[in-house]
Order: sequence, then C-alpha cells, then structure tokens
Amino acid sequence: MKPLEDYLVVDFSQFLSGPSASLRLADLGARVIKVERPGCGDICRELYVSNVVLDGDSTVFHAINRNKESFAADLKEPSEQEQVRKLLVQADVVLHNFRPGVMERLGFDYESVRKFNPDVVYGVVSGYGPDGPWRDKPGQDLLVQALSGLTWLSGNAGDGPVPMGLAVADILTGQQLAQGIQACLIRRSLTGQGGLVEVSMIEAILAFQFEVLTCYFQDGNEEPRRTRSNNAHAYLGAPYGIYETANGYLALAMGSVLKLAALLDCATLLAFKDPASWFDSREEIKAILARHLKTQTTAEWMSILEPADIWCAEVLDWQSLLAHEGYKVLEMEQTVRRGNGFEYRTTACPIRINGERPRAIAGSPALGEHTQSIRTEFSL
Amino acid sequence: MTLPLDGLFVLEFSQYLAGPYAGLRLADLGARVVKVERPGLGDGCRQLAIKGLFADGDSLTFHAINRNKESCTANLKDPVDLERIRHLIAKADVMTHNFRPGVMEAIGLDYEAVREINPGIIFATVTGYGKKGPWSGRPGQDLLAQSLSGLAWLSGDAGQPPVPFGLAMADILSGEHLVQGILAALLQRGKTRQGATVEVSLLESILDFQFEVLTTYFNDGGQPPRRAASHNAHAYLAAPYGIYATRDGWIALAMGKIASLAEWIDCPALLPFASDKKKTFTHRDEIKKLLQEHLITQDTAHWLQCLEPRGYWCSDVFDYARLFAHDGYKTLGMDQLVERRNGSSIQTLRCPIRIDGERIYSTVAAPELGNANELLHGGL
Repeated sequence: MKPLEDYLVVDFSQFLSGPSASLRLADLGARVIKVERPGCGDICRELYVSNVVLDGDSTVFHAINRNKESFAADLKEPSEQEQVRKLLVQADVVLHNFRPGVMERLGFDYESVRKFNPDVVYGVVSGYGPDGPWRDKPGQDLLVQALSGLTWLSGNAGDGPVPMGLAVADILTGQQLAQGIQACLIRRSLTGQGGLVEVSMIEAILAFQFEVLTCYFQDGNEEPRRTRSNNAHAYLGAPYGIYETANGYLALAMGSVLKLAALLDCATLLAFKDPASWFDSREEIKAILARHLKTQTTAEWMSILEPADIWCAEVLDWQSLLAHEGYKVLEMEQTVRRGNGFEYRTTACPIRINGERPRAIAGSPALGEHTQSIRTEFSL
Repeated sequence: MTLPLDGLFVLEFSQYLAGPYAGLRLADLGARVVKVERPGLGDGCRQLAIKGLFADGDSLTFHAINRNKESCTANLKDPVDLERIRHLIAKADVMTHNFRPGVMEAIGLDYEAVREINPGIIFATVTGYGKKGPWSGRPGQDLLAQSLSGLAWLSGDAGQPPVPFGLAMADILSGEHLVQGILAALLQRGKTRQGATVEVSLLESILDFQFEVLTTYFNDGGQPPRRAASHNAHAYLAAPYGIYATRDGWIALAMGKIASLAEWIDCPALLPFASDKKKTFTHRDEIKKLLQEHLITQDTAHWLQCLEPRGYWCSDVFDYARLFAHDGYKTLGMDQLVERRNGSSIQTLRCPIRIDGERIYSTVAAPELGNANELLHGGL
C-alpha cells in the first residue's frame, strides 16, 4: 500500500512546477487527474527538448506526467464547466498555476470551491506571489533565476552571470507545494479543516539561497565573489571545487589543505598553515592545486585520497554513471506504459517508504484519455 | 492561524544541511523540532562557517538552518543519556538522522529497536548514496554527489570544464524529499496507526532533479547532453534561451518565437532561422552568436522596452543589491529577524510556503547547545 492511496488530486496546472508537485503526490499513491484543454492540452506536451518527440508528446511531458490521468474539458463551455465542478466536489486536493484572476472568472478559485467542497486543500503556484509589481510577469524559470541573484553563484569570477542549467526554481516550487498540501491534509485529518497553500517561484528560489543570503544580510551586504578558477561555491574556501586531472576531473569538497599537501605530495601548499588562509588565499591555493592535479589520473588521485578519508569524487557523465554499480544498485529507473501500449523508460520516485521505492505502472496520459471513464465513474 | 503541523513532535539527530533543512521546514509548518546533539560540540554545522562568519558562537549557516528549533545534548554512547533519549523517542512522532549506515545500529537506535519503544514513529534517514552498493560508505557531501550524478555537465558553456551548481543542490533537494516522505508516512499513520521508515539520499534526489533530461537521454539513444557553445542556460533547449550581455549589463531571454524576437529587437540577421522551429535547436550556436552581437549595442532597459510590453519572456539580471532595493522583493516580505534569549539577533529568510493566505514568520533563533535539556528530565 502506498501512503497517499485514497486521495484524489485534480490538477489544472501546466508546464513543470505544479505538475511536478502532483507527480510526487502520484508517486506516493494519490490519484491525479489532469484537467486539460481539448485540442492541445498541457502546453508542455509540445515543449520539445532537443527536437525529440516520443509517441506524439515531448519527453519532458512524459517525465513529468507519468502515472496521471487526463480529463479534457473546455472550462468556458457551461456543460463542461459543470462536469468539472462536480469532479471538484469529490476532490481532496485542487491545484493550478493560472495567472491571478483566471480561476476567479471561471468560478474555481479557493473561495468558490470551498463553498461546495468545504474541506478542500487548494494549492496555487505563481511566479512572483499574489501581489506586488512583479505579479503579472511571466513565471518562467530562467527569468526567476535572473531576478533572484542566483546567476552570480555558479561559474567563475570572469564568467558573467551563469544560470543553473536545469529548471531549479520550478522544481523547488513544486517540492514546496507538495509539502504544503500534505501538511494541510494532515491538519485536515485531525481537525476537518481545509486549507489554502500558496507558493511562488521567486520565494522558492530565494529560500534556496537562504544560507548565503543570511551571510549577505550580516556581512555588510557584500555581493558574492566567485573564485577566478574552479569555483563550486562562492562562500567556501579552498580546495572546494572541481579540478582537471591527466584524464578527467576530480571533485574536492571541504577539507584540510595541509593534509592535502602531504597526501598529494604538493609542498607548495605547506605555506598555508593557518586554516583562515584557506578562505583568504583560496585563489592561490586553487591555482596551485589545479596545476598539480593535472599531473596524474583521476583514479590515481582517488586511490591516494579516498583511503585517507578526504572528501573527494570522480566527475562522471551519464554514460559512466549509468554503467556504475553504485548507480545500478539504486534501481532508480522504471519502465512505464501508456494506454496505447507504448512503453518508455524514466526515473522513479526518489523516496523509499518502509524500504520500498513506490513504483508506477502507468505512463503519461494521452490528452483526454480518461474523460469518458471519469465521467462515468464520478457521474458527471 | 493554526499551523498545519501543530502538535507534531520531531527529534532531529541529523547534522549539517540535508536533514536539518527538513527539520526547519517541519518547524516552520508548526512542528516542535528538538535537535539531539553531542555534548560540547553539538551539530558539526555549528563550526562549519561559510566565509568564516559566526554569530554568538555559532556559524551563520547553522543559524540559518536551525532557527525555530530547540536543542538537547546527549552522549549516545553513555547508557544513562541513551535511556533519557529513549524516553523522548517514546513521545516523538518523527525522528531524523543522517549517520552513515551502521552507526544507529551500533548505538541501538536503529528502526527495529526504536519501533519497540514507539511503534507509531516515523523513522527518517538521509544518506549520501543509499544503504547498499559500492558508494554506500562514501562521504555524503553535496559537491561529491553532484559530481557523480552527471549534473556538472549541464551548466556553463560547451568548451568549459564541468560546472557545478554553486549551492548545495543535492542537500536541499534531499531535505525537500525527506519532508515529503515524512508527511506522506504521517498521513498513512493516520489511517493505519502504523509507523514507517522514510529513506532519501543525496544521489537519488539529484537524479530525480534531472528526471526530465534523463528521461530524454533514456529515450533518445543515449546522446550525451550538449551545452550550447555560448550563453548556455539549458543544454536541451533551443535558442535564444540564455543570458546575454548588453551595453550596460545583461538580459535573460527565455523560449520564444525567433521571428517575433527578430522583429521586435530589429535584428533581421535572425530571420533565416525563423521559418523552421527545428532550426532554433540545430542552429542555436549561430543564432546565439548573432543575438549577442546585436544585444551588446544597446542598454538592457532599451531591450526590455522592446520586448516586455509585447509579451516576450525576458528579464533584467539582478545582483543582490538591486534585488533587495526593488519593490518586487519588498512586497514578498521574505526576510525576518530571529532573536536569541541573550538579545543577539540575525536577519534571515522565512518559510517560502504561505498557508491560508498568510506568510509564516518565526522569531525563534537557532538554539544554544542544550537549551532544552529539561526535556531529558521529564519536562515536555
């Protein structure tokens, strides 16, 4: 049995942040019904990455929407709107990421829905929160990264702004939405009270920076300074970073520079006796390390450093990762099957409950695939 | 407002970031979170300063991660202390830890032992790489997990070495996932009266984070990700997706129609790529180069005026100083002051989730080591 079995989630959201929240709820056992526009559906279906199309939809859509059902409805058409209303009466959770005002016009905002479903838990994702000058800006990941200051933390000092190469604001927002919803469901199970959960991409990406922002607030508001080379965290001293070796790359986390000097047989580093210098002289230390580490292979360095309990790792690409026993033992992949029999490979839920990883059988739904069966089942 | 997790009692044996970050979220959502720390030193994070910054004896990092919690001290190898902790465990709803595999077994606080004193407890664990396999004994550290996971090949430009995400991405995500697993297990307990284990790891969490691009990789014949030659912001997305230099700063451009972009910024050189959508991916390096040559000729404000009113997804690129001066940030009410009993205070961020239309603030600072030791002597 999965922990969220018996919960019904009706999800109006599109793209990534909202649907990644309902994906997690689905992984954990909830039944998730996507309400989509007839014709094109969730716009994410057509958000192809690197021009790859899989069984008519984008690979991204398949990843985000495994294990969900699709109900096609034109929300501006009164009879279909009424069907959706009847479905919402029976929902435990309702989610959307429409711009402010859209659900109010449709009569499906929180205040309206709780009139016919008083203990509903209602989740809203926005780009920049419910008010303020950014309220109507497009809630898009790269733009949120750009506004949030995040782009000055990755890459090296001379690089200009370097965005993180995945939709980090979307993903974090989705994680927090899933948490807020679950927390309100717990409260409901004890008190019978429903709840409203609101998250935004800007708040999520700011919270992500909470450690370095806490420093910024206290250190006289100094902008973060990335190192000129081998930067991996603007606020950490040497050796923290990724270094080129004779045949690849090696990651070194925090640790004693003096211990490294001895283990790597790099006498120049012995000059940095005071641990405070590992931050203050990090440019110099990193430059010395970078030169020195190029002289041997990653495996040679690992064979010296790992037994000495230095925090280090080889830098893998997916091909070498997927071939490694350390990856295989996780059993992190799964094959899911669409309604038409088409199968595809994707990742599985990262959380294990009672030692078991909850797995999905169903792939992503075709647009409107479940409209008829849901109408029948829920007497819409 | 009744916080959704009011009444929940959490014991946190976790140290550093991932587990304590989960504890912070549970605390903000209303749980009482008590850290169980070693006498004398406490959570290793108390001494792990970023940028060498401390406040009132603890690192600012520790302050950021552990506000809104309490602390008690116990030497788990001492039978008297251990017995006191067992009494606390009997009253707890949740306990979290991030010891390496085998440590809790040696102490006698593994799940089998704990469920005998408290069958309803949710026992939540963070590891680096799971409990089995060749990596299970490795140090669970963020940069190392990023390096093994392939993530470092997604940011930065094609000619650059691997570029890590400049914040503790794996720690944060596994903390988010731990919260989700704990809340799901609590919901299940509400129905079955049974406790459960919840396990997450840095590596599984950072793999899940890549679920969209990994799903693409699994189904596109295993083509390695290719970062754009310049202005890369996502290895799998077409031009213009990226950040570009302008005459006086930077501009972020998200996905959009090349034809419209060319017209609105008056850049006819882009038109040959406008007819076929596939070309915006296959020829993205050329497009990005042409765009950069054009965008450098005018200020950011000029380009924003050309694009924003027409609905093109774009943004200025802020550093912290500009972000915090902006009304868009101020409206969020995202920062808060927390205070210790001796009056020392820290400015930090609040919980990013809003419940029932309200932001969640807490003025409680990170605990002095052992500030709730009366709990060990029967107080609760």
